Order: sequence, then C-alpha cells, then structure tokens
Amino acid sequence: MKGAETAAVLAVGLAGAGALSGALLPRRARVIAVGLCTAGLGGAGLTAGLMASGGGRWSAHLPGLLPMAGVYLAVDALSGLFMAVAGAVVLAVAVYGIGYAGGDHARGVASRGVQAALPLFALTLVLVPAAASVSTFLLLWEAMALTSLLLVLADQRDRASVREAGVWYAVMTHLGLVLLLAGMALFAACAGGETFTALRAGASGMSPAARGTVFVLVAAAFASKAGMVPLHPWLPRAHPEAPSNVSALMSAAMVNLGAYGIVRVAFDLLGGAPRWGWLLVLAAGALSAVYGILQAAMASDLKRLLAYSTSENLGLVLIGVGAAGLFASSGYPVPAALALAAALLHVANHAVFKALLFCAAGSVVRATGLRDLDRMGGLRARMPATAGFFTVAALGAIALPPGNGFLSEWLLLQSLINGLTVPGISTAIVLPLAVAVIALSAGLAAAVFVKALGVGFFARPRSAEAAAATESPPGMLIGMGLLAVGCTGLALVPGMLGDGLSRAVAVAGLGSGPTLSGDGFELRLDRLAASMSPLWVAAALTAGLLAAAALIRITARRGRRANVKLWDCGGGAPTARMSYTATSFAEPLQRVFDDVLAPEQDVNVTPLRESAYLVERVRFQSRIPDRIEHRVYRPVLAAVTGLGQSARRLATGSVHLYLGYGFFGLVAVLLALAVGW
Amino acid sequence: MKAIGTAAVTAQVVLVVAGAPLLAGTMRQVRARMEGRAGPGVVQPWRDLRKLLRKEAITPIGTGPAFRVAPLLLVATTAVVAALVPLASTVTPVSGSADLILVVALLALGTVALALAGLDTGTAFGGMGASREMTVAALVEPTILLAVFALSIPTGSTNLSAIVSGGIHDPVRLASPAGLLATAALAVAVLAETGRLPVDNPSTHLELTMVHEAMVLEYAGPDLALVELGAQMRLAVLLGLLASLSAPWGIATTASPAALALALVLLTAKVALLGSALAAAEVFWAKLRLFRVPELLAGSFLLALLAVTASYFLTGE
Repeated sequence: MKGAETAAVLAVGLAGAGALSGALLPRRARVIAVGLCTAGLGGAGLTAGLMASGGGRWSAHLPGLLPMAGVYLAVDALSGLFMAVAGAVVLAVAVYGIGYAGGDHARGVASRGVQAALPLFALTLVLVPAAASVSTFLLLWEAMALTSLLLVLADQRDRASVREAGVWYAVMTHLGLVLLLAGMALFAACAGGETFTALRAGASGMSPAARGTVFVLVAAAFASKAGMVPLHPWLPRAHPEAPSNVSALMSAAMVNLGAYGIVRVAFDLLGGAPRWGWLLVLAAGALSAVYGILQAAMASDLKRLLAYSTSENLGLVLIGVGAAGLFASSGYPVPAALALAAALLHVANHAVFKALLFCAAGSVVRATGLRDLDRMGGLRARMPATAGFFTVAALGAIALPPGNGFLSEWLLLQSLINGLTVPGISTAIVLPLAVAVIALSAGLAAAVFVKALGVGFFARPRSAEAAAATESPPGMLIGMGLLAVGCTGLALVPGMLGDGLSRAVAVAGLGSGPTLSGDGFELRLDRLAASMSPLWVAAALTAGLLAAAALIRITARRGRRANVKLWDCGGGAPTARMSYTATSFAEPLQRVFDDVLAPEQDVNVTPLRESAYLVERVRFQSRIPDRIEHRVYRPVLAAVTGLGQSARRLATGSVHLYLGYGFFGLVAVLLALAVGW
Repeated sequence: MKAIGTAAVTAQVVLVVAGAPLLAGTMRQVRARMEGRAGPGVVQPWRDLRKLLRKEAITPIGTGPAFRVAPLLLVATTAVVAALVPLASTVTPVSGSADLILVVALLALGTVALALAGLDTGTAFGGMGASREMTVAALVEPTILLAVFALSIPTGSTNLSAIVSGGIHDPVRLASPAGLLATAALAVAVLAETGRLPVDNPSTHLELTMVHEAMVLEYAGPDLALVELGAQMRLAVLLGLLASLSAPWGIATTASPAALALALVLLTAKVALLGSALAAAEVFWAKLRLFRVPELLAGSFLLALLAVTASYFLTGE
C-alpha cells in the first residue's frame, strides 16, 4: 500500500520539521510553523489510519534505525482506527494551538522547548499503534511519555502545582513502563521472538501461568495509562495543569492508547486471556467509571472535572473490552465482537468530544484566567462560539440523543444485554451490575455536564474576570469548529464507521463477518434484531421543536417577546453572589454519596479578644480529597519516605563501613555461587 | 398497511397531547373529591393552558437561548416518545426504532434541558431545582435501565414493539416474578421521573420542598403553558408505557382500523385508571424528605436487580 507509506514518511518528516522550527524560529513564526507542521502530521496520520481502516495493510522493517533490533512497523485495521482517531484529534488541536499559543499571555506554551516537543508528541500518538515489535513499541511508548511530560511542565515557572503534577506524572508513567517492560520482556522470552508476528506465533505454546503473568503486568501498565482507578492519581493532576491544547491531546488521544494496548496484546498477540483476567478488566472499568464521574461531579475546577470524566469514559471503554474478553473466553464471539465494537466506537466518540471540551475549557482559561467554575458564569453572552462548542461536546458527553456518546453507550448496553445468552453464573451477576454502573455513570455524567455548562457558561458572571471575558481568536475557533463537525458527524452518521469497526474487531480475532453495518443513516447490528437511526431521531426532534414553536406562534396574541426583570419569587433580580455555584449544585450528590467521598470540612471560629461570645471571624473550609489517593498512595509514599530516611543510617560516611559492605557482598555472592551451583 | 401504521402514530401523538391535560384534570378531580372538595372539573388544565397561551411571551433579562428552547425541547422529546412507544399499535412505521433505551434517553434529554434552563435564570431557586432534579435523575437511571434489561430478557431485544407483542402472545411472562418485579421497579422510577409524590409534590409552592417547580419559576405565559403541557404529557406517556408493558392487552398487533380504534379506547381507559389510582394513593402519601429519596430509589434498584437475576435463574435453565 503505497499511500500509507507516503503518509507515514510525510508524518515523520513534518514532525522533524516542526520540532526544528519550534527550536529555532522566533516566537510568532515558531507558533505558526509548529502548528502547521503538526496539523499536517495529523492529517497524514488520519489518512494513513483511514486507509488501514478501509482494509489496507502495510508493514515495514527498517533495520538501520535502531541498533540490534531495528524498527518494525505494521498497520492493520485495529491500529488504523486508533491512528485515524489520533490523527484527527492532532489535526484539529494543532490548528487550535496556533491561536492558543499565539497570545501574549501564553509564555509557557509558546516557549522553544514546548513548541519543539509538541510535534514529536503528536508523532508518537500517531505512530504508537503502528509499532510491530516489542522494542519499537516500548521506544515509542517511552518517547510519548517523555514528550508529554515536557509539555505538562510548560507552565512550571508560573505555578508550583504544575511541578507537583509533573512529578506525579513522571513517577506513575515510569512505574507503568516498568510493568510494561517486564510483561513484554517475559512475553518475548516465552514466545521466542520480539516481533509481533513472532509473539503471535509463540503465544499458543505458553503455559497458563506465563500467559496470566504477562496479561496482568501488561494490563496494569496499560490501565494506568488509561487512568483506571486505582492507578489514576496522575491523570486529574497532569491533565488540568498542562496547557489546554496538550490536555486535549493527552485526554483525547494518549489515554486511548491504554485501551489499544490491552486490545492489541490480550486479544491479538496473546490470542485471549483467562476469564478471571477479563473479570478484573471489567471490574477496573466499572470502578473507574463510577469513581471518575463521582469525582467529576464534585470537582469545581473545570479542567479537573474534564480529567475525571476522561477516567470515566475510559472506564466505559474497558467495560466493553472486558465484556468482550469474557464472552470470547466462553466461546461466544458474536456478543464479544459487539462489545469490542462498542468499546472502539466509544474511543472515537470520546476522543472527539473530549478534545473539544478541553479546547473550549482552554478558551475560557485564556479569556478569564479562571478554572474555578464557582467564579465563572455569564460566558454564553461574552463567548458565544466557545459556549456553543462546549454545548455540542457536552451533549456528546452526557450520552443522550442526538449527541455522539449516546450511540456508543447504546451499543455497549445492547452488547451487555445480549451477552446474557452466555451461560455461567459470573455473567448472570456481572452483566446486570455492569449495566447498572453504565446507567449510574450516564446519569451522573448528565449532572456533571449540566453543572459545567449551566454554572460555567449560563446565568450571570460571578467575578470581574468572567465579566471581562472576550471571544477567542479565529485560529482557536477553527480548531474547535473542526472538532464540532467531527462530533456532529459521529452523532448523525455513525453507520460510516461500521465497516472500519468490523474490520478492527476481526483483527482482534473476534468474528470474521460484519458486526455492524450501516448506510450512513442507520446503525444496524447484523446478528441481532437491533438498529438505531440517529439521523431520524434528530429529524424527529427538530420537527417536534418546530411544531411546538409554531403552536406558540399561532396562539400568541402579541408577536414580540417582552424583556422584563427576573421575578425570583418577588425578590427581584438577585446579585451574582446569590446564584447557585458549582459547589452548591453538587451538594445533594455529595450528601447522597457521603460515605464514598468522605468530604472534609473545617469550621474555625475566632472570637474577639474581649469576649468569647462575640465572633470576629468564621472560616469555613470544605474539601473533597481523592479518597483513593489519600488512603492508598499517601501511606505508601510515607512508608517509602520512612524507608529512605532509615536507609541513610547505612551510609554514615565511614570508608571502613563501605569497604566492609564490599567485602561482605563479595563473600555473599561467592557463597551463593558455591552453594547454589 | 402503511397508512394505518401512520394513522396509529398520529393518533398516539394527538391522543397524548390532547389527553394529557385531561389526565391531569382527572387526577386533580379524583384527589379533590377524596379530600372532600368539589374540584375545578376535568377540563380545568385545558382552560389554564388556553389562558397562558394567550398571554404575552416574556424573556427575563439575563436569560439566554437555553431558557427559551427548554420548553420547546421538553414538549418535542415527549412528543417523539409518544410517537415511538407502542401505546396503541405495535405495527407502525417507527416500530423498528422504538428502542426502550432511546425512549429513556429522550425523556432524560427533556429533564436536562429544563435543568439547564433553571440554571440559566441565575436565581437561587432555579439552581436549587436544577441541582435536585439532576440528583434524582442520576439516581433513577440505574433502576430504569435494569428494569429495561429485565424486560428485554424474554424477548432478547430492547425493541418496545417486540417486548409488547411478546407480552400479548405470552401473557405468562407478565405475571412471572421477573415481570412483576421489573414493573414495580419501573413504577417507582416513573414516579420519580414525573415528579409525583412521594418524590416531589407537583402542587407545592413552598421554596424548600420544590424540585420541578423551582426550576420553572421564571416561566410565564406561553412558555409556562409549554412547560406544563410537557410535564403532563410526560406523565401520560410514562403511564401509557407502564400500561403497555404490564397490561398490553388490546394493543393492535395487526394493521386493521377496528383494532386500532379499540386500542385507543382501551389505552385511554388504562391510563385514566392508572392515573386515578395514583391520585388516590397520593391522598394518603406524604412527600419524602429529599435525602430520603435515594433510599426509595435504592429499594427500587434492588427490585430491578432481583428482576434481572430472577429472570435469569428462573428461565435460563
């Protein structure tokens, strides 16, 4: 396939050019050159991905590029899907980035280092799915982690929280790398080769214990990249602190690769995994979905809210992946294929709407300098385009028609409901709970995005910064417009993706025939009697809207609407301080889920010096900490710090002691050799 | 064939739009009589709507498009649901798309639109109502989808026409433990979704207890008429859905005009009966405290979960 090869070469070339121009050019030219190169790179990735998704295959071996092993690249329908998603996101976000980094405020994101790293990060996003050997994959994976780390740290001079987030991200991503390295090395050693072809061939001969170990190590590494609970604490720190275009790339393209890794290794390379392994994946997905959206419901930081929602959506993806594995390991490829297709469709949907949400949040941050929803408000009138884009994306995120998220969740529910034909007590217990989890997370997601949109963008401004907001420059609006077109396209004509999804599912070894089909207007599940026509639903809704509007027009005595003061139960127009904030909006949910969230509240009453009964100041503080971080990570960190402190006693500075260590060490090794061998 | 199907859909929508205020009127009248009052009569809600529709349309200063579109969207979503649900006939042009999950999602869309409108006003009441409504809506969702799950197991599909015609041809499944449990769970969910007692009191105007009313306080004139009509239509459609799922007899499964006419009459009777029973029950119920509502919903969730497992273990041999 010549086209894909050209596209890949073009992508690498553009990334190099972009990195060079980012490092060398003066500021204004730098931002534009990097943006254009990155957008071109994304376009090339999208093209190559679509070609592969359309059934083309392409592979290359470049022996000279990496010492000893060489670089293996291969593209099939599964990697094509992820490449296309990453490419599309990169393309739109790069255009957005030209406007975003162009302003005077954006010192960090327009700096040489950040602009040079951006195209390289984008390149790894597109190329990781194309890696076809363990060494190539790990190399690209680590390059992705390092470049994204540089980008997260863009604003580290301005805020200490960025540095903290960077440390969390660096440590957790490298712990993930250690797991991945161990798992893949074990896999390669057992299979007797490190190319994916060799792994595929050698996987069938592995012992169940080795397969189980490889699966657990690799799945844990990928789950941490996907932000799965309890390996998630880096995500709600790194995504909000990064510049918004970087957050969009990370949340919409990078976390997907965690899901890609699990599908590629467990389904394609290992050829399936044990039943308990899939139950673990499903449980992790379910836990992340509920925990993520619950934390998002409590968050009043807009970008933190979006980051937790990423955790939730990837949780839904992993529910699909886990269910697919569960059905496949019981020998039922039809519901398995459907569940995997639903998961992959949700990856695409989530990527587009989450990129748009982060870009819109970036516009808000750029215009107001605020991330706190409690202080926003009234942006609808001041930034109408941004508010409109946020609405389109939020409609996708709440999984209601006519948004794009609805279709993938509908498909996921269909696959789970039909999965009950798979016999076994575990499915009979797990599937209803999974359906309940999806329903609860969908319901909470509705509350979350009603909060984000209603409190952040509607009503009246609650601070001077929000009142002074102005609309973003055209570059940012064009980038967001591209993403909004993507959202609408996926929402109205998802049938176009049907063949690509069927092929990707076939690559994973589930079902050879078509799983989904569609003529653009309708999404049909070929083996089940179910279909969905989102375009007709949207048309019916529009017709209903017009009919209701016409009813009002016809019956109204007077045509003009009168502008009057708010009634507010006779109280008159309230001041901004009286309106509901994000925190107050979330309060009922916080009380309902009190036991899970464990909010911390402090009331400090300072009395006057003259009398204990007269109060000078009352200070109220309410915090909802990430409970898993508090209960799991803090003790571990404290224990590690304690160990480190006590280890200092081993190194007192005495040369005699060090010589003694050397001597006893040598003796111990010799003894071990003498006795052991 | 096709003409009768189209006629059935049109009849369903017209019946719901025209009959919903009458249903509300009947329920109020039943309630009034049981409380020893004379009551305003069954057609009073229609008189109210006519009065409101003729008033001047008002835009409170500081509100935006969300506030204006929400009433329209509420009516539109409910009308689409009325067209999709097999209230009177299972053979319609849209019966292939009549998916139970889609129906639930469309109703939720109306709720979301109204909650956004409540926040758009920027008043404390609007925000309070929106916050409470979204909390209840989020907690109802698992119950509804699990009940959907339980109902779809015997048919193997979430298509409403398939479920309803399955119930007509195999009445035993309606009286099975799974069917009864799922219907009970769905009934509680319907109470929560339509804002009836004991979840919300539709006739309250006391600030601290309002949920639905608090969101729509700023609406006046034609907009208020649409909001009221939308809420009444929601109640009618959901009661109709409950009737179709638990007592589907009489719903036309063939495209004949006589069957359709009979089905429409029976539908009216079933919904009126359910509505009167609900109104009668409401006389004896008190509204739950807001933070006791999750307990009620958790109970109904348990019923739905039992329904799914019961249908699996009792039929899945």
